[in-house]
Amino acid sequence: MDTVAADGLLAWSWLLIALPLAGAAVLLLGGRRTDRWGHLLGTGTVVTAFVLGLLCTLQLADAGGRPVSVELWTFIETGSLDVPVGLLFDPLSAVFVLLITGVGALIHIYSIGYMAHDPRRRRFFAYLNLFVAAMLLLVLGDNFVVLYVGWEGVGLASYLLIAFWHERPAAATAAKKAFIMNRVGDVGLALAIFLMFAQLGTVTYDGVFGSVGALAGGTVTAIGLLLLLGACGKSGQFPLQAWLPDAMEGPTPVSALIHAATMVTAGVYLIARSAPIYDETPTARAVVLAVGAITLLIGAIVGCAQDDIKKVLAYSTVSQIGYMFLAVGLGPAGYVAGLAHLLTHGFFKAGLFLGAGSVMHAMNDAVDMRRFGGLASRMRITFVTFGLGYLALIGFPFLSGFYTKDAIIEAAFDRGDGWGYVLGGVAILAAGLTAFYMTRLMLMTFFGRPRWDEGVHPHESPSVMTAPMVLLALGSVLAGYLLVVAFPLEEWLVPVFGRPEAAEHVVAPLVVSALVTVVMLLGVASAWMFVGRREVPVTAPARVSPVVLAARRALYADTVNESLFMRPGQWLTRALVFLDNRGVDGAVNGLAAALGGSSSRLGRTQTGFVRSYALGMLGGAVVVAGALLAVTAG
Amino acid sequence: MTDFPFLLAMIAVPAVGAAVVAALPRGSDELAKRLALGISAVVLLLAVLATVAFDPDGERFQLTMSASWIPDFGVDFALGVDGIALVLLLLVGVLVPVVVLASWRDTAPGRRSMRTFFAWVLLLEAMMVGVFAATDVFLFYVFFEAMLVPMYFLIGSFGGPRRQYAAIKFFLYSLVGGLIMLAAVIGLYVVSTSELGQGTFAFDALRQLDIDPGVQKLLFLGFFIAFAIKAPLVPFHTWLPDAGAEAPIGGAVLLVGVLDKVGTFGLIRYCLPLFPDAARDLAPFVLVLAVAGILYAALLAMGQTDLKRLVSYTSIAHFGFITLGIFAFTTEAATGAVLYMVNHGIATGLLFLVVGMLIARGGSRRISDYGGVATQAPRLAGVFLIAGLASLALPGTNSFVSEFLVLVGSFPAVPLFTVLATLGMILAALYVLIVYQRTMHGPPRGVLLVDDGTPEPAGTDGATATLTAPAPARLRVRDLDRLEMAVAAPMVALIIVLGFYPQPLIDLIEPAVAATMQDVGAAPAGIAPATTDAGGTD
Repeated sequence: MDTVAADGLLAWSWLLIALPLAGAAVLLLGGRRTDRWGHLLGTGTVVTAFVLGLLCTLQLADAGGRPVSVELWTFIETGSLDVPVGLLFDPLSAVFVLLITGVGALIHIYSIGYMAHDPRRRRFFAYLNLFVAAMLLLVLGDNFVVLYVGWEGVGLASYLLIAFWHERPAAATAAKKAFIMNRVGDVGLALAIFLMFAQLGTVTYDGVFGSVGALAGGTVTAIGLLLLLGACGKSGQFPLQAWLPDAMEGPTPVSALIHAATMVTAGVYLIARSAPIYDETPTARAVVLAVGAITLLIGAIVGCAQDDIKKVLAYSTVSQIGYMFLAVGLGPAGYVAGLAHLLTHGFFKAGLFLGAGSVMHAMNDAVDMRRFGGLASRMRITFVTFGLGYLALIGFPFLSGFYTKDAIIEAAFDRGDGWGYVLGGVAILAAGLTAFYMTRLMLMTFFGRPRWDEGVHPHESPSVMTAPMVLLALGSVLAGYLLVVAFPLEEWLVPVFGRPEAAEHVVAPLVVSALVTVVMLLGVASAWMFVGRREVPVTAPARVSPVVLAARRALYADTVNESLFMRPGQWLTRALVFLDNRGVDGAVNGLAAALGGSSSRLGRTQTGFVRSYALGMLGGAVVVAGALLAVTAG
Repeated sequence: MTDFPFLLAMIAVPAVGAAVVAALPRGSDELAKRLALGISAVVLLLAVLATVAFDPDGERFQLTMSASWIPDFGVDFALGVDGIALVLLLLVGVLVPVVVLASWRDTAPGRRSMRTFFAWVLLLEAMMVGVFAATDVFLFYVFFEAMLVPMYFLIGSFGGPRRQYAAIKFFLYSLVGGLIMLAAVIGLYVVSTSELGQGTFAFDALRQLDIDPGVQKLLFLGFFIAFAIKAPLVPFHTWLPDAGAEAPIGGAVLLVGVLDKVGTFGLIRYCLPLFPDAARDLAPFVLVLAVAGILYAALLAMGQTDLKRLVSYTSIAHFGFITLGIFAFTTEAATGAVLYMVNHGIATGLLFLVVGMLIARGGSRRISDYGGVATQAPRLAGVFLIAGLASLALPGTNSFVSEFLVLVGSFPAVPLFTVLATLGMILAALYVLIVYQRTMHGPPRGVLLVDDGTPEPAGTDGATATLTAPAPARLRVRDLDRLEMAVAAPMVALIIVLGFYPQPLIDLIEPAVAATMQDVGAAPAGIAPATTDAGGTD
C-alpha cells in the first residue's frame, strides 16, 4: 500500500525516539548531578513515549492503517546512493512500538526498585533509555540502512548492559561474546544491503520491495539468506545462539527487556518486514524454517538440564524465538502467527524474568535453583504472577501461549506436505519439553522443602517491583485471547501482509489443540515424576547419562565455537605477529643492513642525514630519470 | 572575501609562528604553548572561513594563487583546493589545536624543551597544509619531503625509549619512497616536455596528458610506492608500529591522523587522474594489497601487547579500507574513502589521545599492566569506548558512514574483494573489545593498584581472587580532569555529529571525486550490472 506523508500527531512520531535518546544524553552527560532523579527521568521518557505511541497508533487506526512516512533529513547522498533518515509508521511498526515502549516502561518502573541500591543506577537508566531509542529506530526506520543503525545501536546497548557489572570477568566476557557474535550476523545484514544497492540501486523499503520481483531467483535467495544470517545473530538462533544464555550475566531487568521481550525478537521483525523478499524465494524460506525448527528443539532440550533459573528462561527464549522463526518461515500463512507469538511471548517472558529477578532479590542474588525451594508461601505475589506466566508459556488452555503457539503449529501442518508434518511434530515435541523444563523450574523454585543457603531470609519485593509483574501477568493471561479472538492481529496487519486466503486445515485445529494439550500435560507429569516426587539434591548429580551431560553443556555449542574459531584464530594471530616481527620487518631490516653495510652505518646516516639524504635523492633521481628517458626515447 | 589568500595564510601563519616560538628565550615554555594554541586556533579559523568561501558547485580548484618559482623548469608556487583537499585541511585545522592541548602538561626528555616541541608541531602544520594545497606537482613533492623533517624530530627528540630507532626507521622508509617519487616526478616532467613542447608541473596541465601505457605504469608505480609507504599498505607497513609506538602522543596523532593521509590523498589526487590507464591495469594488484592489509593488520592488532602498537596496526587496517574505496573506481566508494580519511583522523586521533592519557597514569604501554580501570575512572573508560566504537565503525559514529560508503560503493565493482573486506568488520570488533575488556573491565589489577601491602591476587581470574579474599583491591587512578575533557570533548562531538549528519562533508567531497572518476574513466556504480572495468583494458 502506498505511504502518505504524516500529519497530526504522527508527524511528531520522531519524538518516540528523541525522548528516550534525550533521556540517555542527559543522564550520561549530566553526571552525578542527576543521580537523585535520574531514574525518574529515565522512566518518564519511556512512559511518555508509550503514551505518544498509543496516540499515534489510534490515529493510524482511524486512517485505516494506511502507512505513514516521516522524512527527517538526508543521511547519505552521493553518486546514485540516497539514504534518507525517514520513519515509517505502519501497523507492523506500531505493534512493535507499543511492545517496546509498553513493556519497556514497566521494566523501567521495576528497575527503580531492583537497582535501588546500586551506586551506578543512573548509568543503568541511561543505558536502558539508549536501548529503547535504538530499538525504536530499528522498527521505525523506512530503509535498511536506518534499520542497520538501530540494529547495531541495540547491540551497543546490549553490550553496555550485559557488562553493567563489569568488575565481574564473566559479565565482561559475556558482553564481548554477545557483541562479536552479533557482528558476525551484522556482516550478513550489511552484505544484504550491499547486494540490494548493487542490484536495485536503492536501500529503501519502498524501492527494494517494489522491484525485488524483477531480480533473478538466485540473487533474491542470496539476499534472503544474508538477512537471515543477521536475524540469527540478533535473535540468538542456530548457529549463533551461544551468546544469549551468557547474556544473563547482565542485571535481570535487562534480561527481561532486551534478551527476552524486545531486542532478540528483532530478527523476527526483520524477516516479517522483508516479507516481499521472502515471498520470492522458497529456498530462503525453507532455510528460515530449518533454523527455526532446529533452534526451538535445541533451546528446549538444553533448557531441561540447566540449574540456573535465568539460564532456563534464556534457553526457553531461544526456543520460543525458534517457534517465531518457524512461523515466519512458513511465509504468508505464518507471519501473523509468528508476530502474535512474539507479542504474547513479550508479556509472559518479561513477566517470568521479572519474577526471577524478584526471587533473586529475595535470595541474595543466588540463581541456582537447587538452593531454592518452598518459596511459594514466602513470596505470594511473585509466585502467583510467575505461575500465570508459566501457564501462559507452556500453553495452558485459554492463556496467551495457548492461542499463539497453537496457531504456529496449525500453520506448520497446513503446509500439507511431509515437511509440514515433520515441522508440526517437532513443534509439538518441543511443547512437551517446554512443559517439562518450566514445571521443573516451578517445582525446584516454589515447591518442596527450602534448600536455602545460610543467612537467606526470603521476602516479597517492594510494590514498585511487584506492580509491573502483576500487569505483565495480566497480559500473559489475556493477550492471546485479545490478539487472536477479540481484536485479531490478522485484521490489523492486513495493510502490511494483505488478506490471507482462508487456510484449508490439514489437521483440524481442535485436534491440534487437543494433541498439544495432551503432550503438554505429559511434560508436566514427567517433570513431577522426575523432580516433584523426590528431594532435589543441592548439588547436581555427577553420574548422569550422556544426553543430560550434553544438555548441561548446551550441546557443546561453546566447545565447537572455541575449537573451530577461537583457538585457530589465536594461533593464527600469534603466528602472524611472529611473522610480521621476524619476517616482514626482518626482511626489510636485513635489506637495509645489507645495502647500508651494517647497523653502525645506520647510525652514521642519522648524524649526517641531511647530506646523505640530498646525495641519495640526487643519485636515485638521476638513475630513474635516465631509465625513463631511455624508455620514452626508445 | 574570496580574494583573501586563505591557503597562503594557512601556511604562513604556522610557519612564522614556528619561528617565533622557536626563538623564544629559554624557560618560556608556558608562553610557547599558549602561542602555539593561539596560532593553531587561527589556522582552524582560517580553514573554516576557507570552507565558507568555497563553493562546492563551483570550479574544481578554488582559492587558487600562483607565483612563478623556478621558471626554468616551469615550477610554480601554485596553491588551490578541491573538496578532497579542503576536508583534509579542516582535519589539520582541528587536530593541531587538540594536539597542542593534549601536550599541555608533557615534559620534554633530557635537556630538550617543550618550546622546541611546539615549534616543530607548528612547522609540521605549515607543511601539511602545503602538501594538501599544492597544485604544482613539484611543490607537492617539496612539501611531501619537507614534512619529514619536523616529524623526524618530534619522534627522535620527544619520543619513547626506542625513539632513535623508530625515527631513523621512519626516515629511511620515507626517504626511499620519496626518492622513487622524485624520479617519477621528473619522469612526468620529461613526458610533458615531449608532449607539450614545454615542461610543466601544473597538475591541471599534467592531467590532460595522454601518456603511453608502458610509461604510465612506471610513473604510476613511482608515485604508488611512495604513497603505499606513507599510508602504509602491507608489506610496506613495518615502520608505522614502531613510529606510532615511540612517538609522543601528540606526534602519533598527527602522524597517523594526518601525515599518513598524505599517502591515500596522493593515491586519489595523483595516481588516478594522472595515470588512469595504469591505475585501471594495476587495480587488481592494489586491491589485493588493500584487502590483505585489512585482514592481516587486524589480526596483528589483536596479537599486540603494546597499546600504541595496537592502535598503529588498526590504522594500517583502516588504510586498507581507504585504498579499497579509491581503487574500486566508483563515486560512492571513493567519496567514502575521502570521508574515511577525515573520520579516521578523528577516531584514531581520539583513540591515541585516550590511550596516551591512560599511559600517562600508569607509565606503561603494556596492555597487561592495566585492568578494571572503568570502575574508578568512568569518564576515561567512556571516552576510550567511544573512540574504540568509532574505530570499529559502529553506526552512530562518523566512521560508520565512511566504511559503509566504501563497502557499498565497492561491492558492485569488485564484489569478491568487498566481501573479504567486510569480514574486517568482525576483526575490528574483536581487536577493540578485547583490549577494552583487558584494560577497562574485570577486577582492578596492574600497575595502578594501590600498594597496601596485600599481595596482588595471582592470575587475572576473579574467581581465584575471591578465594584468598585480601582487602578489596583498589586502583589509584585519576579520572579525566578538565583539561583532558577539553581535549576529548571536541573529538567526541565530531564523532557523533558526523555520525548522524555527514552530508555537508559529502557535499564538499563528491564533485572532486566525481571529476577524478571521470578522469579515470569509471562507470558509475549505480544499477548498472557489475561489469568490472578493473583490469579490463584491451
